[in-house]
Amino acid sequence: MRTWFLCALLLMASLSAHAVEPRERLADPALEARARTISSELRCLVCQNESIDESGADLAHDIRMFVRERLTAGDTDAQAMQAIVSRYGAFVLLKPPVERATYVLWYAPPALVLLGLIGTVIWLRRRQVVPADAAPLSPEETRRLDGLLRENDG
Amino acid sequence: MRRLFYLLPLVVFMVLAGYFLVSLRPAHDVHELPSAMIEKPAPTFDLASLGDDKPLALDALKGHPFVINFFASWCVPCRVEHPLLMRLAQQDHLPLYGIAYKDKPADSARLLATFGDPYRQVGIDQDGRVGLNFGVYGVPETYVIDGTGIIRKRFVGPLTAETVEKELLPLLKQLGQS
Repeated sequence: MRTWFLCALLLMASLSAHAVEPRERLADPALEARARTISSELRCLVCQNESIDESGADLAHDIRMFVRERLTAGDTDAQAMQAIVSRYGAFVLLKPPVERATYVLWYAPPALVLLGLIGTVIWLRRRQVVPADAAPLSPEETRRLDGLLRENDG
Repeated sequence: MRRLFYLLPLVVFMVLAGYFLVSLRPAHDVHELPSAMIEKPAPTFDLASLGDDKPLALDALKGHPFVINFFASWCVPCRVEHPLLMRLAQQDHLPLYGIAYKDKPADSARLLATFGDPYRQVGIDQDGRVGLNFGVYGVPETYVIDGTGIIRKRFVGPLTAETVEKELLPLLKQLGQS
């Protein structure tokens, strides 16, 4: 049973490693490299947590081919990317753009960390104030304290 | 001031609970994506049609609101919605056009011969390019397009009697009047 599971796992791993099929590749290495970069930044909409570069899904294949077609036709990287975004929405971008709808997504975590830091600093400051320069005991107080301590020991 | 500070955990909890309440409701499908094409002109297409000499072209369909249903013979959820499509075509005279997405024409034809053909016309999109232009990421998907060729609504996954009753038919009625 366990061996089967392992085999299946290995098989899947090998499949995903070769998602970009040889026949998909462009003859021009520079163009192909650009296509690879673009497709590693696009989400596969079927699996949703893989890039289309890694995904073996049929739709991922179609989008890879589409990107290559656009690049061959002379599109810049940004134009090819935009062509996909205009069809599938910003969700296809694995790295979401910074725009009004995503401000919370981008800025909330640093803001929370900053808030925590400020809180910590304030808290530490307040704590330190007390013992730093307490006045030394007067001779009278020292005598009383000693007396009390001795009483306790006895 | 100090009191308010102690209320902070409660506020955080309320926000989280609110979020969960919205996103965990039973009808909410996290995998369903909003369409980028809503309120935009439908991508133009001109497809060879199934068992018909006349091509299925966007320009020829403009003028009246209509519905486009992407389907395939290999798609199981399509069979689930198929009886509903048949009913809509027969009873409600829905202006329904099919696009056979990444399917062999012979297979699509066999499907329609076996289960009935609810479509006024079926276009063949064997390489899936028209689907890609529409932003289709799985079949079935259903698009409502108005008379000027603007996409008004997308339904991802099989239509249900409820979505048809509450959304599709009212929208078509409204588009037909305006």
